[in-house]
Amino acid sequence: MTELEAAKQNVIEDFALYDEWLDKYEYIIELGKNLGEYPEEKKTDDKLIKGCQSRVWLDYKLQDGKLWFSADSDAIITRGIISLLVSVYSGRSPQEIAADDFSFLDAIGLKENLSPTRAGGLRAMVETIKKAAQDNV
Amino acid sequence: MESVNEIRSRFPQLSEKVYGKPLVYLDNAATALRPLSVVKKWEEMSLVHNANVFRAVYRTSVEATEAFEAAREAVARHINAADSAEIVFTSGDTAAINLVAGSFGEEFIKEGDEIIVSEAEHHSNLVPWQILCRRKGAKLVKLPVADDGTLRTDLLPGLLTPAAKLLCVADISNVLGIINPVKEIVRICHAADCAVLVDGAQGIVHSRPDVQELDCDFYTFSGHKVYAATGTGVLYAKRKWLDAMPPYMAGGEMIDTVSWESSTYAKAPHKFEAGTPNVAAVPTLVPALEIAEEMSAPEFSANSLAIKEYILESLSSVEGLQLFGNPADAGDKINLFSFVVRGAHHEDLALLMDKMGVALRSGQMCAEPLMGRFGVTGMLRASFAPYNTMQEAEYFIESLQRALRMLR
Repeated sequence: MTELEAAKQNVIEDFALYDEWLDKYEYIIELGKNLGEYPEEKKTDDKLIKGCQSRVWLDYKLQDGKLWFSADSDAIITRGIISLLVSVYSGRSPQEIAADDFSFLDAIGLKENLSPTRAGGLRAMVETIKKAAQDNV
Repeated sequence: MESVNEIRSRFPQLSEKVYGKPLVYLDNAATALRPLSVVKKWEEMSLVHNANVFRAVYRTSVEATEAFEAAREAVARHINAADSAEIVFTSGDTAAINLVAGSFGEEFIKEGDEIIVSEAEHHSNLVPWQILCRRKGAKLVKLPVADDGTLRTDLLPGLLTPAAKLLCVADISNVLGIINPVKEIVRICHAADCAVLVDGAQGIVHSRPDVQELDCDFYTFSGHKVYAATGTGVLYAKRKWLDAMPPYMAGGEMIDTVSWESSTYAKAPHKFEAGTPNVAAVPTLVPALEIAEEMSAPEFSANSLAIKEYILESLSSVEGLQLFGNPADAGDKINLFSFVVRGAHHEDLALLMDKMGVALRSGQMCAEPLMGRFGVTGMLRASFAPYNTMQEAEYFIESLQRALRMLR
């Protein structure tokens, strides 16, 4: 199993620990609270992800052939969701991310438990990560 | 609260569960739940009286036309219009306002004229006027909102220049829940020869407008907010305007005679009802307005008042909570509460409370300029209907506190 696959498997197992969606959200909120610092000066419009109800910024750098993401949002649940993506996809090669189908998000049932506007926001976050990978392949 | 419980049994969705928890529906300002009587009327229109209106001699078409026109009579009675011909059916509040902007605007607004719009309007009562102003080279003028959410009517005399031709205002704002003094506004505007459009999207639910007493030139509302089927809307306009306004859309039964080169038009209201109207839905306004009237009985008002006092008291004790639309006299406010809480994003609160079974609105509530006015990116809104109970209000407050504990 690749490291990416293992990271995804970990998330799936973490989510499976909770039966109630409110508890899963509690977990997402914790992820949001623990997301690393994101510099204020990088909260610029070009880093803003379009299509989210709350504001989400995503930035990345390419180092030693691997992509490292950082992100922030003014809503804590959105922070939690982007934190999940950042932790799974940071430190992977652009090729690996570009080839990924992001289907683990279906496996944890996140999409169907978000409102349509939130689900649209999640899709926009995924597209932004994919594009960062494709731009650097 | 016997009447409240009895009415609740007529709104089946109130017994629904979400995520295994009872649904507590507090987004009534967006759309109301539907009573069985409305669904039955829609079903009857679809399964028994389905035919096109106004055009045929056969029995079913006559029945459909009668049901359609009975709705016009019922609406006219409900808002006390002088004549049922002053009631035009549209697809909703937005369509009614657009009809006035398109038709009245075409005939009566010219370059250099001014249209005054209150700062508290939802987009449906702002954007049509922006478009009209651009089309005609007219000027959009703002009637500002004070910090407590009330309208700055003291500024009105200064805004009413000779160029002011129309003022547009909601009788109750969908964000602030404040009952605006529209009768007074109409009086001041008419003294300056300025017409007034009252957007009754919320007012039709929480008050019993009397258009003759208000003396407004136009009154608009959507059926779905007042328990009728979606796709129904009403434009009330004074006869003198309807007679002078050109058709907005053309086709169907809005004509008198048609030759290849030109046409003459039917009289109002049919002049403004081009195409096949929503035949199945419009008659649902009859049972909808009946149940609205039932829910204006004293027992419901007492229940609503108790809920208002409880919510205002409870919200004021939540740390860091800011309520928007806080008039000095709570009697000027309906049971609609928009607020933000420091340290908790409105969207997060709405999402968590959804999982607890509470349906709330979060975001800009179709009133982006008003969000800017109060310096926020969005708010959380709980809007009650007469069928909501004190237990639901208490559960809402408990859920809010629980969600805040999770987020902070």
